[in-house]
Amino acid sequence: MNGQVRKAVPWQRHWLGILLIGVVLLAVPFVAALGGQAWVRIANFAILYVFLALGLNIVVGYAGLLDLGYVAFYAVGAYVYALLASPHFGIHLPFWVILPIGAAIACLFGMLLGAPTLKLRGDYLAIVTLGFGEIIRIFLNNLNAPINVTNGAQGITLIDPIRIGDFSFAETSTLLGLQISGPQKYYFFLVALAIVVIIVNVRLQDSRIGRAWQAIREDEVAAKACGINTRNIKLLAFAMGASFGGVAGGVFSAMQGFVSPESFSLMESITILAMVVLGGMGHIPGVILGAILLTALPEVLRYGIEPLQDAIFGRSIIDPESLRMLIFGLALVLVMRFRPAGLWPSPQRRRELAESSD
Amino acid sequence: MSEHQVLLEAHAVAKHFGGVKALHDVSLTIRRGEIYGLIGPNGAGKTTFFNCLTGLYKNESGHFIFDGVLLAADAPHKAAEVGIARTFQNIRLFGNMTAIENVMVGRHLRTHAGVIGAISRNRATMAEEAKIARRAEELLHYVGIHERAHDYAKNLSYGDQRRLEIARALATEPKLLALDEPAAGMNGTETEALRVLVEGICKDGVTVLLIEHDVKLVMGLCGRVAVLDYGEKICEDVPSVVQNDPRVVEAYLGGSVA
Repeated sequence: MNGQVRKAVPWQRHWLGILLIGVVLLAVPFVAALGGQAWVRIANFAILYVFLALGLNIVVGYAGLLDLGYVAFYAVGAYVYALLASPHFGIHLPFWVILPIGAAIACLFGMLLGAPTLKLRGDYLAIVTLGFGEIIRIFLNNLNAPINVTNGAQGITLIDPIRIGDFSFAETSTLLGLQISGPQKYYFFLVALAIVVIIVNVRLQDSRIGRAWQAIREDEVAAKACGINTRNIKLLAFAMGASFGGVAGGVFSAMQGFVSPESFSLMESITILAMVVLGGMGHIPGVILGAILLTALPEVLRYGIEPLQDAIFGRSIIDPESLRMLIFGLALVLVMRFRPAGLWPSPQRRRELAESSD
Repeated sequence: MSEHQVLLEAHAVAKHFGGVKALHDVSLTIRRGEIYGLIGPNGAGKTTFFNCLTGLYKNESGHFIFDGVLLAADAPHKAAEVGIARTFQNIRLFGNMTAIENVMVGRHLRTHAGVIGAISRNRATMAEEAKIARRAEELLHYVGIHERAHDYAKNLSYGDQRRLEIARALATEPKLLALDEPAAGMNGTETEALRVLVEGICKDGVTVLLIEHDVKLVMGLCGRVAVLDYGEKICEDVPSVVQNDPRVVEAYLGGSVA
C-alpha cells in the first residue's frame, strides 16, 4: 500500500525533498521576473492549471468518470467572482467570501451535471458532459437579455483584484525590503491553494471514500454488491471536482480582472483533461507535471520558435504561431504513443494498461 | 416452522428477458443457519435468481422477504445493507487493488467516514481506518490467504481469488452469504478446502445459499436443495431425496439420453 512505501523513505530524505521543493517554489517568481512579468504570469497559470487538473483528477483519475465539460465549473466560479466583485452590479464582496460561494455554486452545478449522467459510462458520459460544458458557455454568452446578467460576449471588466485590507494583489509593494509585484503575490496565493488541493487529493486517495471511488472504477457491479451506494459516491466525485474548478475560476477572475465566455471553450476542457491523461491519470505528481508542461511548453515555443528559425534558416519559413501548435500537437502524440500511461504514471495505472494491451 | 426461523422467503419470483422466461414463479424458503443449495442444468435460471435477490436485476413479479422485511428491487447496495452478500460466478474482484484493500472496500457499508473525515484525518477517522484494516486482516486470516494480503487481487491464484471474494463478502457482515458456483474450476483438494471453509462460515452463524454445479459438493454440504430447470423449481428437499427424484435425473441427463 502507498502508506508503507512512503514510510520506507527515511525521514531525513523526506524533509530534504520538501525543503528543496520549497526553495524552488520560492525562487520561481523571482527568477521568472528576470525575463519580465509575463513569465511570472505564465508561472501563475501553470499553478492555476495544476489546481484545475488536480480537481479534474478526482473525477477522471479516481472515480474513472470521463468528464469533457470540466471547464463549465471553472466558468461558474469565474462568473460568480466577477458578478460579486465588479461594478457590473456594483457589488464588491471580499475574496474570502466569494471564493467559498463560488465553490458552493460550482459544487451545485457539479451535482446538477452528475445526476442525469449516473447511469452512463465512458464515451456516453463524455458526450453528455461535453454538451453540459457548451450549454454553460452559451448561456454566459447570451444571458445579457432580457436582464443583463453576464454582459454577453463582451464579458465583465474591472473585476476587483484580491485584497486583504489595504494590501492589494494588483499593485507592486515592498515587503521586508523586497519588491513584490502583483503577479508575484498571486503566485504565492496560488501556490498556497495548490498545496491545499494536493493535500486534499492525497488524503482522499487513502480513505474510505477513495477506496470506494477506486472500486467503482475497477468494477461498478461488484462495488454495488459490496454495498457501495454508487450514485452518491459518484455524485460526490463530481461535486468535489466541481468545487475545485469553482475556486480556480474565482482566482482566475481576480487575477485577470476580466472574464468573457471566450475563456471557457471546449478547447480549455480538453487541455485540462490532456494534462491529467498526459501526466498520469490518478497519480498526483504526474498530474502536476502534466499541468506544468502543458502550460509552459506552448509559451516556451511561442518565445523560442522565432529565434530558432532565424538561427537555422536565417529567416522565418513557417508562420511561428502555426509551427508552435504543430510541435505542441506532435509532442502530445509522441507522449501518448510511447508512454500511454502518461509521463509519470502511478504504478497501478501502468499495470492496468499493461493488462489491457496483453 | 416458526417465523423467526425463516431468513429468506422468495414468493413467486418471475423474470423475463424479452420472450424468454428466465424465472417462472420461483418460491423458496431459506431457514436461518442452514446451507441451502440451488442446483440445475446450465441456463436453468440459478444466477438470474441470484441477481434478482441481490438487486442487480428487477424481477417482473413476485417479491423477497428477508429477515421479515420486504426487499427493495433494483438496489444492490440496499440488499447488501440488509445483510445479503454475494460472490460472482465469473469472479469480480477489484483486480488492481491489493487483497486487503478488496476486503477493506467490503467494510465500506459498515463504516462512516466521509469527505470531511478523510481530509481532516481526525481521530475518529483514523481509528475507524485502523479498525477497517484490522478487520480486513482478520478476514483474510479466516479464509486462509493472509500471506497474500499485499498482492494485487488479479495476481492471486484462482482458488485464492474465490476465497478473497468470500472474505470481501463477509466484510459486509451478512446474514446470508450467497455463493455463485464457488467451486467452478477448482480441483479436488481446493474443493475440499472450500467445503471446510463454507461449513465453518455456516457454523459461525451465517446462512449460506449455494449455487453449484459440483453435485457431490452440494450433496455433502447442503441441508436442503432446490432444483431449477428452465426457470421453474422442479424439486426441493434434502439431498438424498433430490438425488433420486426422477424429474431431477431427467433435467440433468436430458430426454435424449434417457
